[in-house]
Parts: sequence; C-alpha cells; structure tokens
Amino acid sequence: MNVGDFIESLEESFDDIEPGTLKPETKYRDTDEWSSMHALIVIALADTDYDVTITGDDLKSCTTIQDLFELIKSRQ
Amino acid sequence: MAKFKVGNVAIKGISSCVPSKELSNHNYEYLTEQERKMLIKTTGIEKRRVADDGVTTSDLSYKAAEDLIKSLKWAKEDIDIVVLVTQSQDYFLPATSITLQERLGLSKNCLAFDISLGCSGYVYALSVISSMMSAGYLKKGLLLAGDISTFSLNYKDKSAYPLFGDAGTATALEFNANQSMAFNAGSDGSGYEAIIIPDGGLRNPLNDESFKESEDENGLIRCNRNLHLKGLDIMNFSLREVPANIKELSEFADTPIDNMDYFVLHQANKLINNSIRKKLKLEESKFPLSLNTYGNTSSASIPLTICAELKGQIEKVPKKILMSGFGVGLSWASALINSETIESLNIIDYKLGRI
Repeated sequence: MNVGDFIESLEESFDDIEPGTLKPETKYRDTDEWSSMHALIVIALADTDYDVTITGDDLKSCTTIQDLFELIKSRQ
Repeated sequence: MAKFKVGNVAIKGISSCVPSKELSNHNYEYLTEQERKMLIKTTGIEKRRVADDGVTTSDLSYKAAEDLIKSLKWAKEDIDIVVLVTQSQDYFLPATSITLQERLGLSKNCLAFDISLGCSGYVYALSVISSMMSAGYLKKGLLLAGDISTFSLNYKDKSAYPLFGDAGTATALEFNANQSMAFNAGSDGSGYEAIIIPDGGLRNPLNDESFKESEDENGLIRCNRNLHLKGLDIMNFSLREVPANIKELSEFADTPIDNMDYFVLHQANKLINNSIRKKLKLEESKFPLSLNTYGNTSSASIPLTICAELKGQIEKVPKKILMSGFGVGLSWASALINSETIESLNIIDYKLGRI
C-alpha cells in the first residue's frame, strides 16, 4: 500500500470530507471535522482493511496522516 | 476459551417489549447538525426507545413474558425456571426474578434467580438456563433479558447518551431431546473500566460527590453515578475478540460459517458490527441490524433484533442462528442454535398504566 491509497480509503470512510482534502502532511486532529467518530473510523479501517490494531493512544502519538500511515505499515 | 455443548433444549418463542416513548438523535442538542449526521451515519442509531421515570426492566420483561406465555398457550404452573439477566435490577435486594415469579403468577416450585451481565448477558444466560434444563427435570423455562440503560446516562455526555435504548425481552425454552446448542464464552476483567458506572456499589458507595458533574479532557460532562464509556477501547476489544470467538465456535460445532443462516450480534453500533461482519466475510443479508430504530439495548439486543428483523424467517423454517454478545465486563459469548421454528411476537409497545 502507499499513502495515496490510504488517504483515499480514509476519505471514503469519513464521507464528510471532500476527496482531495487530506494530504500526507495534514495534522488530522487539528482539522475542523475531527471527532471521536473519526477516531473510531480510523481504528476500524486499520483493522478491517490492513489487519492492524491501533489504539486511542496510537492516534494521540501520531500527528500527521503520514505518521499514521507509517505506524500501520510498520505493524503489517 | 470456554467451549461447551448443551443438548435437549429448544427455543420455542421470543418476545420483546419497548417503551412507547421514542427519542430521535436528530434532536440531540449537545452535537452540531454536522456532528449529528456523522454520529447517525457511523453508529447507525437514529432513534431509541426510552422508559419514563419509574418504569423498570421488570415492567418491560413482565409484559414480554405475559404475552409470550399466552401466545404459546403455556400453562403457568408448568414453568419450572425463570432467569432474569439485567444490570438495572428493581432493588439492591431481593433479586428481581423472584418478584417476577409472583407477578407472573408462576408456581412457588419455580426456580428463580438473576444474572448480572450486560451486552454478553443474553448468550451467557441462555447457556446457564439451557444447561440446567438439559437433564430433563426442568421442562419449561423463561429467560428474561433487558435493561433500562437510559437511567444511568447523562444528557451532556455525547459519547454515551445517543447510543442506548431501553427494552425487556422474554425467551421461552423447552426440553426437547432432538435439539442442541453450542457455546463459546470468555471474560477479560482487565478491561473493567471500559464500560462502568463507578459509584453505587460497595467499592464506591453513593455519596454527595457521586452526583457532582465534571468535564473531562474530551469535553464530556457526567458524574460518577453515570455510565462511562471508552469507545476506542471497546472498538479494539470487539474486533480482537468477537470474530476469533465466532470462528472458534464454528470449528468446535463443526459447522462452517457459510452454512449458518443468520448472525445475530449484540447491537453495539453499526461501525463495530459491520467491521466484525467484514472480518468474518459475512453477507449483509445474513446480518440483521435493529440499531437504527432501537439503539444499543444491552442484554435485550439479540432477542429484540430477532423479533424486529427475523420474525418472518424463523417462524416457518428451522434455521442455524449464530448469536454473539460482547461488551461490559469485559465479557463475550457466542452461541450456535440449531432451532426448530421459533415463534417470534411482534414488538410490544409499553404504555404506562396499560399493563
């Protein structure tokens, strides 16, 4: 997988974000839309699509989408 | 994992009773309109039934049981055992199931006790009551399951308030030499704080502080008498334990997942349930959801979903039904039921003063 595919999956899952909005350098927790629902969606996506478990603490330890992508990749 | 089989017991009928008062998450004021849309889409919960003050789990379960007994034309004196699974009992003591023995007009020879479990409770209690009936001495039994979860919610806690609804259910079981069920259950007490009402038991007795609201770092306002949820931990737990538990049960019962007709899971929220479905590669048509109308109804969710979504399918043809409950404890259990036809009543609306 590459970060582009990951972003595409995220935007598709979030559904409330215009495609093309998220970039690798986006600080996801700083976006207006970010909420606990988005955190749940990321955890579900990592598990069902990449078979990787990430926790709430993992989400807090990452800043950008790229960080999140690297974390998931490192656990595959 | 605790895997076991129980023979000689069949589910004969299921009924569910919900309060008539319906609340919509579209009107929930602690979320913006955009957040409400996101919540409803993600959790799948649009509406919930909420009990009026003073209405208890036993009131709803009583109504469900009365209607089911009538529908099955059971003689009340033939009922040998009644088990209630709830975490919102009428009194600190005595056990609520014993008050229901009297209220339902059951025999004094009837065995009655409560089981304190939530989301996993229906499957656990099914394993207990069917094990007790399996030897053939107890011929007819009632399993009552439900909660008034909304009693413990804080309107200002957006992580919990929009998710829960109230319901009471009754399941009729009968000794039947041709039937069997298989179970697989687990527990993980290290996660006891993931879903908890901290105050009110003996560890933290109720005191003035129990009712004092405070705001946490996520902006959630609640007091220690309220339900606290750690949503992300619950998601991790559910995806870790439930698919594995169901796969193990499938092997243990020698029944491939593809050969099962329906997967009736505890209705946690749509994202959790659908993620479990994807991990098990199940067809949507085999995976009923009642979340949109009733929300998360704790131990009532499996029988309520059967009444709401499968009535037409299970009344005429025997089915292989996989049930799985998971949540507070942490606790989880799955059951594979090779049922005969099951009488499933229309969902009963509970109105105050019209029992």
